[in-house]
Amino acid sequence: MRFRPLRTLLSVLLIAIPVTLILTLVGLSQGLLQESAKRTRGVGADILVRPPNTSLLSFSVASMPQNLVRWMEQQPHVTAAVGTAIAVVSGITSVSGVDLPEFERMSGGFDYLEGGAFKQPDDILIDDYYARQQNVHVGDHLTVLNRKWRVAGIFASGKLAHIVLPLPVVQDLTGSIGKVSQIFVKLDDPANTKVVIEALSKKLSATFLSMEDILSLTSVENVPGLRSFIRVMIGIAVVIGFAVVCLSMYMAVLQRTREIGILKSLGASRFYILELIVAEAFVMGICGTVMGILFSFGARWLILTLVPASLTQAIVPHWWPIAGGIALAASLLGALYPGLRAARQDPIEALAYE
Amino acid sequence: MSEAPIIEIRGLRKIYRVGRVDVEALRGVDLEVGRGEFLSIVGPSGSGKSTLFHIVGGLTPPTEGTVRVDGQDLGAMSDAGRTRMRKSTVSFVFQKFNLLPNLTAAGNIELARFLAGKNHTEDTGFQEALQLLGIAQRLSHKPSELSGGEQQRVAIARAIVKHPAILLADEPTGNLDTVNSRAVLEVLRDLNERLGQTILMITHNPEAAAYGHRIVHMQDGRIMPPPPA
Repeated sequence: MRFRPLRTLLSVLLIAIPVTLILTLVGLSQGLLQESAKRTRGVGADILVRPPNTSLLSFSVASMPQNLVRWMEQQPHVTAAVGTAIAVVSGITSVSGVDLPEFERMSGGFDYLEGGAFKQPDDILIDDYYARQQNVHVGDHLTVLNRKWRVAGIFASGKLAHIVLPLPVVQDLTGSIGKVSQIFVKLDDPANTKVVIEALSKKLSATFLSMEDILSLTSVENVPGLRSFIRVMIGIAVVIGFAVVCLSMYMAVLQRTREIGILKSLGASRFYILELIVAEAFVMGICGTVMGILFSFGARWLILTLVPASLTQAIVPHWWPIAGGIALAASLLGALYPGLRAARQDPIEALAYE
Repeated sequence: MSEAPIIEIRGLRKIYRVGRVDVEALRGVDLEVGRGEFLSIVGPSGSGKSTLFHIVGGLTPPTEGTVRVDGQDLGAMSDAGRTRMRKSTVSFVFQKFNLLPNLTAAGNIELARFLAGKNHTEDTGFQEALQLLGIAQRLSHKPSELSGGEQQRVAIARAIVKHPAILLADEPTGNLDTVNSRAVLEVLRDLNERLGQTILMITHNPEAAAYGHRIVHMQDGRIMPPPPA
């Protein structure tokens, strides 16, 4: 390996790329989920009620009747309920419509860094994260959902959403008058969460998530779409790793044909030759994994530097062994054919190789 | 010689398949080499001497006939068996030295010792051989930093580090000038005389062949009768 540094370095680099891709993708997804969960928990509710079969990340159009909010408030142990309507702005950005006084009663309200609540019909509230991303301040104008809004207040991020509008406005914009996307429910005592969810489940067909559930759902494995996407990425990583190592080791075997002949003349067994090739691939796989992990930190830094306040990439150490295992499996698989070819090499032909 | 020969060959034939054509490289060779003998095999290109060398060294199996090396029947051996034989019984010295270019002289010797499964502890016989070879000061150098003569002496050191029963030398002076050729041949003779090393040497050079106890002539895949005295 150290005698062909360029080939080795290129191979390690090419193994590192899929590792970086996996870690960055999983990190971005994880970051997104954690952010979303943090904002949901920031509301101060104990239970989140969503339409049936929806995940934490899905931006469902308002489909639950708004009068469910009042009904919810009348249930035992429930002290407050707030309905919100969600409208997708673009990609993963959404705007939440909320009745501000109700929301303030439940959560204590937004912590305004600039400005304050809605005053005019075209007012919008944004968090500091979105304000940084859009580089706007109170009084500036923003185009959201094809309409121009005046920034009335900028609040500390971590509650509800990045962009907030009055509930009726979002309902109107999305054509879902009298409907909400989700309902936040606050209880008299968080210890009653399980009892209340059980009771509500019997009366209503919906997804009930406790705050504990929300925390546990902040894993990419719990989002069906992401899970499939990551599997595809893993497949691609295996193919790239396999092809790179196979090609690299095949070249190595060709370059070392004579050396293999010499080893065989000295009494090296087929297994010893195979072991040499596989060991080299193993070391390259390990180096590629380490480099890939370092690159994932680099990708995080790059995202933060180039596009501040955009996507949050979490560092996912529990995925390091998975990504490493994938890289190693692909490397070993790729080394197998060249290794077997080297092991089966005829010593006389190998010694005559120029 | 009262002892059983270390190499015993009877009716040896070797046919190679080149494309769709069978090439008969050896056409019934009979040969005996005694333990401790230094035998020179001479003959023109294509006479079959290299094929004989490869078969005796366990690099390729015989097609027909009996080949016994140090009591082992090569005809009955599997590829793994021949590998074991190369590991412990025979050693090679090649015309092109065939040292591993990325290892130092010492590294090349150590690798051969490791592959043979030999212990690194005091090996007085090998130390004596190193003195004979005169390369003790050059062991930390890579092959590219050594002269042809030095490389060939390192190759000889690598060959004898495992104390093989037979040392097979294929044109060991073919790439050397006269001075280095003589030095290498004298080393081989010393190894044979002082350590009793059995040596089978292939050469084109009659002067080199004269270093052996006996000269065998090959032509067209056969051993020729000795010329009249």
